[in-house]
Amino acid sequence: MEGFTHLIPHAAGHEVIRQRRRDLTLVRMTPDIIYDQMIGAGCARKLVFSWAGNPGVGSLHRFRDAVEHAWPVPLEIEEHSHAGMANRYVAGASGLPFAILRGYRGTSLASQTAGVAEVVCPFTGERLTAVSALRPDVAVIHAQQADRLGNVQYWGITGVQKECVLASARSLVTVEAVVDVLHPRPGSVVLPSWAVSYVAVVPGGAHPSYALGYSARDNDFYVAWDAISRDRATFAAWLDEHVYQRPAAPPGPDGDTVLAGDTGTGR
Amino acid sequence: MSYTADEMMTVTAARALRDQMTCFVGIGLPSEAANLARATHAPGLVLIYESGTIGAKPGALPLSIGDGILAETADSVVSVPEIFNYWLQPGRIDVGFLGAAQLDKFGNINTTVIGDSYADPRVRLPGAGGAPEIAAACREVIVVIRQSRRTFVDRVDFVTSVGFGDGPGSRQRLGLTGAGPSRVITDLGVLTPDPQTSELALSGIYPGVSVLDIKGRTGWDLRVSADVSEIAAPSEAELTALRDLLATMPASKATEGAAR
Repeated sequence: MEGFTHLIPHAAGHEVIRQRRRDLTLVRMTPDIIYDQMIGAGCARKLVFSWAGNPGVGSLHRFRDAVEHAWPVPLEIEEHSHAGMANRYVAGASGLPFAILRGYRGTSLASQTAGVAEVVCPFTGERLTAVSALRPDVAVIHAQQADRLGNVQYWGITGVQKECVLASARSLVTVEAVVDVLHPRPGSVVLPSWAVSYVAVVPGGAHPSYALGYSARDNDFYVAWDAISRDRATFAAWLDEHVYQRPAAPPGPDGDTVLAGDTGTGR
Repeated sequence: MSYTADEMMTVTAARALRDQMTCFVGIGLPSEAANLARATHAPGLVLIYESGTIGAKPGALPLSIGDGILAETADSVVSVPEIFNYWLQPGRIDVGFLGAAQLDKFGNINTTVIGDSYADPRVRLPGAGGAPEIAAACREVIVVIRQSRRTFVDRVDFVTSVGFGDGPGSRQRLGLTGAGPSRVITDLGVLTPDPQTSELALSGIYPGVSVLDIKGRTGWDLRVSADVSEIAAPSEAELTALRDLLATMPASKATEGAAR
């Protein structure tokens, strides 16, 4: 599930929690509140990430509880830098086994994390860092719009979602709205329908993250999450009230799911 | 006008930025200082956030590096792979502006774990984010951090981002292209690296703070630079601009403060 602060697919994450999925390997540059919730709900066996905080607020307490106290279940971690994770997605999207960057040199991360290795440039002899490709089974992202054919458009902070979708075997895009025509937006990314497996209409599906042009980031909720998540019982009560007891978001006016072109036969 | 130690720190950090510089900004204290600089003496400061927003001109202080206001006011918004590969890595950015949980005498930064064991940490911190490559590739790095024996340690428990590594020559041996930390700005004063030893030395003191105070809140035997000087208190204009800026933060956050 990607979305760099913007366009985080929260509603989809809540559905994963409701379906009580277990033993997932969760991949995300910034786990953010959504993975804090999924980790606290016991969905994850492993987390692959590069920055696990509540942006501008502090710790992700459910993540910390899992790492420090194995609650509710032990959490294996595979930790990178942002540049490393971004390049791992680029390698996956490019169909390459690894990507190259100047990074990790001299850090303690290099010795703690598999999938980081030194390579020598065949042309200059410079020592560089290779990071292994990410190839998730499923990518889940949120976007502003899809058209009736399942072409998807998103804009604003576009993050690493294109690379995530193209690196993954299958993909689901939740969208704010289905429109007749995708009007081009400055700086937008358009994913053609044949590169996306499924589109689901979920207005507000990014909250408390946001969809530029449709909603604003609910900064007050990010601040409030600190107290909600600090205590196991408070967290469990929140999860029960706001996720388990709440049905999946009602389908949009055009039906719940638009099948896009790629049903996941290739990467 | 009276002021707090945090305000003195943020004002000092803002003064370190010059107009027209390009600045890769971390969230929290660095973002406050960079936006203060832009609101005062450096209106042409180019703010770059790792969310891919280049030339962001937020009118309100963002809570996260991905607030909508950054994208809406940016000169250009690029993808996350692009911000790291095309903009940061080749050394296009003048200054990296970072926070830290732990810092050592060679300016190495820890934001990953506290404790001896990575596998079984005493405190699990958020991790690296963009910091390792910011610290490696920006032409210079400025660190903003509150000073205590807990945060200023002889050796960091985990090197998340490299300052001067083991000392002189480390950065060259590691192939790090930027010059490394040029100063560390705390709530007590300013430290700068000794050109010979690369060790951080006290070079500036805030009004009303003593060298003894600062040494007492440093976890190594802090050297004092021969030309250590007192740093001017914040002007009324600086304080007013800072308080106006902080008033734009979400209300629940502005009162909470210490969690950053």
